[in-house]
Amino acid sequence: MLKRNQLVLGNKSLKDVTDDVLLPLETPPSKGWLGMLAGALTIFAFYLVIIGTVIANGMGLLGVNHPIAWGTMIVTFVFWIGIGHAGTLISAILFLFRQKWRTSVARTAEAMTVFAVMTAGIFPLLHTGRPWLDYWLFPYPNQRGPLWVNFRSPLLWDVFAVSTYATVSMVFWYVGLVPDFATIRDRAKTKLKKLIYGSLSLGWRGTAKHWSHYEMVYLILAGLSTPLVLSVHTIVSFDFAVSNVPGWHTTIFPPYFVAGAIFSGFAMVVTLMTLVRMGFPQFKDYITLDHMEVMNKIIMTTGMMVGYAYGSEFFIAWYSGNMYERFAFVNRAFGPYAWSYWVMITCNVLIPQIFWFKKARRSIPLMFVVSIFVNIGMWFERFVITVTSLHRDFLPASWGMYAWSFFDGAILFGSFGMFLTFFLLYLKGVPAISIAEIKPVLGVGRQEGGHHG
Amino acid sequence: MGKYQKGLAGIFESEETILKAAEYIKNMGFKKFEALTPYPVHGMEEACGIKRSWIPYVTFIAGVTGLSFGTWLTWWTSAVNWPVNVGGKPFFSLPAFIPIMFELTILFAALSSVGALFYAAGLPTVNPPIIDPDLTSHKFAIFIPANDLGYDEGKLREVFQKLGATEVKLSEF
Repeated sequence: MLKRNQLVLGNKSLKDVTDDVLLPLETPPSKGWLGMLAGALTIFAFYLVIIGTVIANGMGLLGVNHPIAWGTMIVTFVFWIGIGHAGTLISAILFLFRQKWRTSVARTAEAMTVFAVMTAGIFPLLHTGRPWLDYWLFPYPNQRGPLWVNFRSPLLWDVFAVSTYATVSMVFWYVGLVPDFATIRDRAKTKLKKLIYGSLSLGWRGTAKHWSHYEMVYLILAGLSTPLVLSVHTIVSFDFAVSNVPGWHTTIFPPYFVAGAIFSGFAMVVTLMTLVRMGFPQFKDYITLDHMEVMNKIIMTTGMMVGYAYGSEFFIAWYSGNMYERFAFVNRAFGPYAWSYWVMITCNVLIPQIFWFKKARRSIPLMFVVSIFVNIGMWFERFVITVTSLHRDFLPASWGMYAWSFFDGAILFGSFGMFLTFFLLYLKGVPAISIAEIKPVLGVGRQEGGHHG
Repeated sequence: MGKYQKGLAGIFESEETILKAAEYIKNMGFKKFEALTPYPVHGMEEACGIKRSWIPYVTFIAGVTGLSFGTWLTWWTSAVNWPVNVGGKPFFSLPAFIPIMFELTILFAALSSVGALFYAAGLPTVNPPIIDPDLTSHKFAIFIPANDLGYDEGKLREVFQKLGATEVKLSEF
């Protein structure tokens, strides 16, 4: 029989786990962390200024115009929302599949989901052009008739999908955190810390009855999040697929978007995890090379799935016999935006192939570099879909190019500041590994086999 | 306060001893005892005689409510209250309304399940008595309230010690 690798290295006792995971919360911040936070906060502040300027002056500051009415904001929205999907995949889908290795990465992946969705949510709200009227997106009794929202519009489905996804993933994350907050409360040395974490823990004490309900709710939330996460990117893809623009109007979009989302999300998880392992060396026993290797395998697999989708799109464009569809794809690969198409192919399909080699899958610097390429490639995938389809559609008279402006770049760049600020604060304020969840799997793969199950 | 019960707590240091202890206490006929653990211990429900959680029923009812609400909302706003002709589609365009109905099903089901968990676990409780701060880290405890049938402090101290408790103390839960 194949021997199972240890999930947690170093023969930790239960107390070691608590001590290790809470170390970042109980020690003063390091210089490296402070430096990174200062950098992230600067970018975040810059981002807020840019957002303020865009709100004050209007969407015209960005390159969106006829014929390309969807630009950086939509591209970056899909980019961030896709990144969120890996968190839910790890925390919910792998939970349902009883993949025990997920335990040590689930918390941070979920945090990434929450922050990525928060970052993503801003873009469509700004893209409406008049964000102070964004409450119009929700159906509520009003004095204009009442005029209701158009439930037949994919953009409205998106409002429901993204807001449900944001709510449920935050609740799921928080429920997972409650027992860990109780642990921090009980170890707190200062009154203030006791008050803050005591309130966050809601008075959790962990009796067998509570755990029984708790585990049931965790299972239910995992079961509900699984179709939810698949629905979110499906509906995001409907934003495109339900229109009749050549290059958008394809039935492959839902699975293709979901695979791409998981692909980009895992790349972001690997990017962040390599950094977390560097910043907090005690986590290397929990987020082991085995974990990273498994994630790299998923990156390669989903990378090939999106590669298949790229190929399939081309085949169908030819096979459909529709000249506009055919032109859209030839134009993607060989038109004025061909460079972005080939950046996408290189980053998403070719570069991850290096993970066929075990050495590459287990090399931290290499996987970091690959994950960055995948992040870039997946941003370009959305750029290719959005911009190249719009810039040359049916009538040559209405062809044009995207007028990329300073604000396009600034808003993309700034969004990373927001994401990183939240993520860095999370690392120091919240246990980055689930203390209560990792303890039951401590025994997995250990020689003495103390735990059954 | 009066909210909390006084009683006797035995502190244990390993999963195996507390599982055995819980089983033993249950077989002694105690009904109101609590087993406190830092993480969900496999087999604890059986050892304590805890029935399967009732929360899935809440989830189901809430899910059905969410689905019905989504159906009603899309139908009533689009076909009854102010029907608007959108591209010649029927006023009640069921296929187009499915995403809304689905999302509301999930939203209602998820939030109600968490609400039910809060109710079942008595959350939030402000400043509950903590028997031992290590119970959320690496120790386990069994607490028997003084009002449970057959409570006898002297005898229970002996029982706890025999079961391998490293510490026995009077406490509150």
